[in-house]
Amino acid sequence: MAFDVDDITIDVLKELGNIGSGNAATALATLISKKVDMDVPQVKILDFKDVPKILGGEEVPVVGIYFEMSGEIIGNIMFVLSLESGKNLTNILFNKKNNSMELDEMDMSALSEIGNILASSYINSLSALTGLKLTISVPSLATDMAGAILSVPAIQYGYIADHVLFIETQFQEGDKKVTGNLFMIPEIDSFKKLLKSLGVC
Amino acid sequence: MEVVKVGMADLKVIKAPGILTTLGLGSCVGITLYDKRSKVAGLAHIMLPSSKEIKNNSNKAKFADTGIELLLEKMISIGADRFFLVAKIAGGSQMFSFNSKSNILKIGERNTIATKEKLKELKIPIVSEDTGGNYGRTIELNAEDGSLLVKTIGHGIKNI
Repeated sequence: MAFDVDDITIDVLKELGNIGSGNAATALATLISKKVDMDVPQVKILDFKDVPKILGGEEVPVVGIYFEMSGEIIGNIMFVLSLESGKNLTNILFNKKNNSMELDEMDMSALSEIGNILASSYINSLSALTGLKLTISVPSLATDMAGAILSVPAIQYGYIADHVLFIETQFQEGDKKVTGNLFMIPEIDSFKKLLKSLGVC
Repeated sequence: MEVVKVGMADLKVIKAPGILTTLGLGSCVGITLYDKRSKVAGLAHIMLPSSKEIKNNSNKAKFADTGIELLLEKMISIGADRFFLVAKIAGGSQMFSFNSKSNILKIGERNTIATKEKLKELKIPIVSEDTGGNYGRTIELNAEDGSLLVKTIGHGIKNI
């Protein structure tokens, strides 16, 4: 199947990203009891070779939080952010100023949980919008070069397309900025089902 | 020295002097072929094991089977002798771990197996490899001597 994403599909996915990220920002604000600002999420479609550029290059250290999605749509969800954004996020969460670029156990655990909140918010919006029943697995976290981490969603998209589709979201609390990217990769049959349930095709 | 970058689902060939590199290999596999007589070097960065499993298979460099064939063809076209070619492979790691039956995460391992099968079929010997694990790799193939440098974050640097 060619991955012909027309304007309507993009609009639908954008709106989905918007609702999902909005819910996620609210959940995050509740968690840290602070005001969290959010930019309008961007839906992006890129060639494989350009994918690592979104995080600043193939060798930039990033954090990936990965989930398996099951229920009426089968696939995967991955939340990726640069190590710097990850660090900002844990600094916001623990209200600390730690400039070290290393993630400790607490940081990793916190990021897994934030990934969980984001992915769940997204899934819940998707479920509400489509009426499809969806669940996600526990998170699995990895930190490594952007190219290596992003090869995971890229390969999964590889089965259905020559492009990758993802949603970029920006959160901000005070002067700490966090840019995160959410990849939702349905398996090929689920992709058709998803678009159909959204009334796109 | 000229450094030629190879992206995901991409392949390139050069003649010495020069370096072929691909950055941040995860579950993908980097396949390098080298003919030391003509000093022709080639590098393919494949994403999936087989073009036969997928309908959308027009990008040959995306798959182990068609990618290696195309790489071989291109190397011969710039002067490599297929009987002197040797292969080195790297990548094929599993970046995330789960206790589940899903085999999509084992794609790195499947990519490595498919790569080895194709090379065996083409009778190209694998002289060294650095595959598996749960971390990313950047590789650099030097067309002068066919050495392959493997760099990682936190797992050292080695020449294979």
